Amino acid sequence: MILQAIMFYLFAAIAVASGVMVVSAKNPVHSVLFLILAFFNAAGLFVLLGAEFLAMILVIVYVGAVAVLFLFVVMMLNVDFAELRGGFMRYLPIGALIGFILLAELLLVFGTWVIAPGVAGLAAAPLPAGGATVTNTRALGDLLYTRYLFAFQAAGLVLFVAMIGAIVLTLRQRVGVRRQSIPAQLARSRGEAVAVVKVALGAGAADAPGD
Amino acid sequence: MAIGLAHYLAVAAILFTTGVFGIFLNRKNVIIIMMSIELMLLAVNINFVAFSVVLHDLAGQIFAMFVLTVAAAESAIGLAILVVYFRNRGTIEVEDIHMMRG
Repeated sequence: MILQAIMFYLFAAIAVASGVMVVSAKNPVHSVLFLILAFFNAAGLFVLLGAEFLAMILVIVYVGAVAVLFLFVVMMLNVDFAELRGGFMRYLPIGALIGFILLAELLLVFGTWVIAPGVAGLAAAPLPAGGATVTNTRALGDLLYTRYLFAFQAAGLVLFVAMIGAIVLTLRQRVGVRRQSIPAQLARSRGEAVAVVKVALGAGAADAPGD
Repeated sequence: MAIGLAHYLAVAAILFTTGVFGIFLNRKNVIIIMMSIELMLLAVNINFVAFSVVLHDLAGQIFAMFVLTVAAAESAIGLAILVVYFRNRGTIEVEDIHMMRG
């Protein structure tokens, strides 16, 4: 129990500290790396909560895909990031004020939170009664592929549309680039590709018709 | 000393506020703004999972998975738009983005 508390405070402190570093780091590459650290620690929090599958998904999806995507874009764009930090100090007071008010409100809400007495029977998808015998992954899978199948398919569709959209947005047709056109190659016939020329002695060949 | 729901909600609240704060702080840098949005979505996910575990209801974890999906799609599309915008304008300053203003 005490170990759990220590791990919770460790993960929570590192997650919050790296979250602060994400928004305040000078170099965006450092921001992305701190974002990765924050996600790792959030995954630790999920493991502490008993949601192992989501923790691993968080590491795979965020650290493996999203953060690397951010890193690519930060390194690909040749932007003077120092110039983008202008107004940092100007926006600090208003940002801090709004952040403080929001945090106070959220903490007040959570501080007075009570779970309604009858809510335990209202669970949409109660945890399986097996307890430790059913793993988190298995329980989630049982639910996801039966009751939430259509939502799952819709999520897949969202990812598919996002993929197509990203490709279409960034695809660029360069002009002046010679590239292989396989349909054009396959559509050639003998008549337009080969010419039999009678060469007169001493006169040389005339220009081929294709040139 | 026992770690309960309130602890996780507090962490999520701080992370969410950090995200909002980051949007205010980096008004010019779209990349950091998108990272702040990711932080806010992470905080939402922590809330979902904490409530799901406390209430013994797996629907929260399922929903957190969908939030994750949408966040991944959003960042992919957002970064693609950013790359195209940078290619066209040579800058990513938010204040310069007013081409569609009437």
